[in-house]
Amino acid sequence: MLHITCNGQPLAVSDGATLQETARQQLPNASVIILNGFQTNADVQLHAGDSITVIEKGVMPPADVLEHMMAARHTPHVHTRVKQACVGIAGLGGLGSNIAAMLARTGVGHLILVDFDTVDPSNLNRQNYFISHLGMEKTAATAQLLHEINPFITVETHTVRVDASNAVALFGSCDVVCEAFDNPDCKAELVSTLLAQTEHIRIVAGSGMAGYGSSNEIVTKRRMSRLYVCGDETTAAANGVGLMAPRVSVCAGHQANMALRLLLDIEEV
Amino acid sequence: MTVNGAFIPASEGLTVSQLLEQRGYQESRIAVEVNRAIVPKGQYQSHLLHDDDIVEIVCFMGGD
Repeated sequence: MLHITCNGQPLAVSDGATLQETARQQLPNASVIILNGFQTNADVQLHAGDSITVIEKGVMPPADVLEHMMAARHTPHVHTRVKQACVGIAGLGGLGSNIAAMLARTGVGHLILVDFDTVDPSNLNRQNYFISHLGMEKTAATAQLLHEINPFITVETHTVRVDASNAVALFGSCDVVCEAFDNPDCKAELVSTLLAQTEHIRIVAGSGMAGYGSSNEIVTKRRMSRLYVCGDETTAAANGVGLMAPRVSVCAGHQANMALRLLLDIEEV
Repeated sequence: MTVNGAFIPASEGLTVSQLLEQRGYQESRIAVEVNRAIVPKGQYQSHLLHDDDIVEIVCFMGGD
């Protein structure tokens, strides 16, 4: 017998069993078949320890199976690791609102979202909100969206301004904090405070993502022992230089991926 | 000493504040690490720099 998992549950199959026949036995109408993170129509022999996911499109599975299916395209073992993790997001603008959505999709188990502001019309050109969110606190709007994206994570919100006096109380339990403020003074204050007053927190900050300069100028650098900076480190938002979805989202993607790498114990950029 | 990877000549006993001013940084927008330890914002005027110190200054750009 071979011991594999199917839709997150242990399953014993006979030696020599293949992917497609096993999938059809488990779910005769399976339309999506995923083997160890890779969706495939190929029929291959199964090996001990394989993880397979079989999905019938349009059918809502029970909650525990749904959670497994949602992570079926992850690289194996990533979901188990990130489910234990806590990431803070400081500021829910163009960077933070997008980072939050990406980390929720990745299944980061606990997110702490902090922002003092409400959603206004000028946010919609780059921030992950809808017309229906106008006037809502960004923390509440993001929490609502994250629940739609992934109801299996816990989301903690704080609608306050962050400064040196409350940063550690808000983010002290985080493994990683994504700095996503607008104001450069607030960015510097948060980074200096968390690095000075905690021993363990790694920070992934955003700096320089305004305009429509080349995407390829946005990079991730390890600038200090526990500080990673994503952006071009040059292009500030300014009179005549706007902030727009494509480049802001590229930067948010850098930050979210560096946060994921740190949660997987990879310190290199 | 080395500042952001480049060797610079500097006088012994320079404070972090003086170094920042010499190099044209706005104190409110930066974070400073000396020899892999962050310098808290309240210590820029009292923290003395020495020969062979490795200083990293990160200057943040506005925008989210």
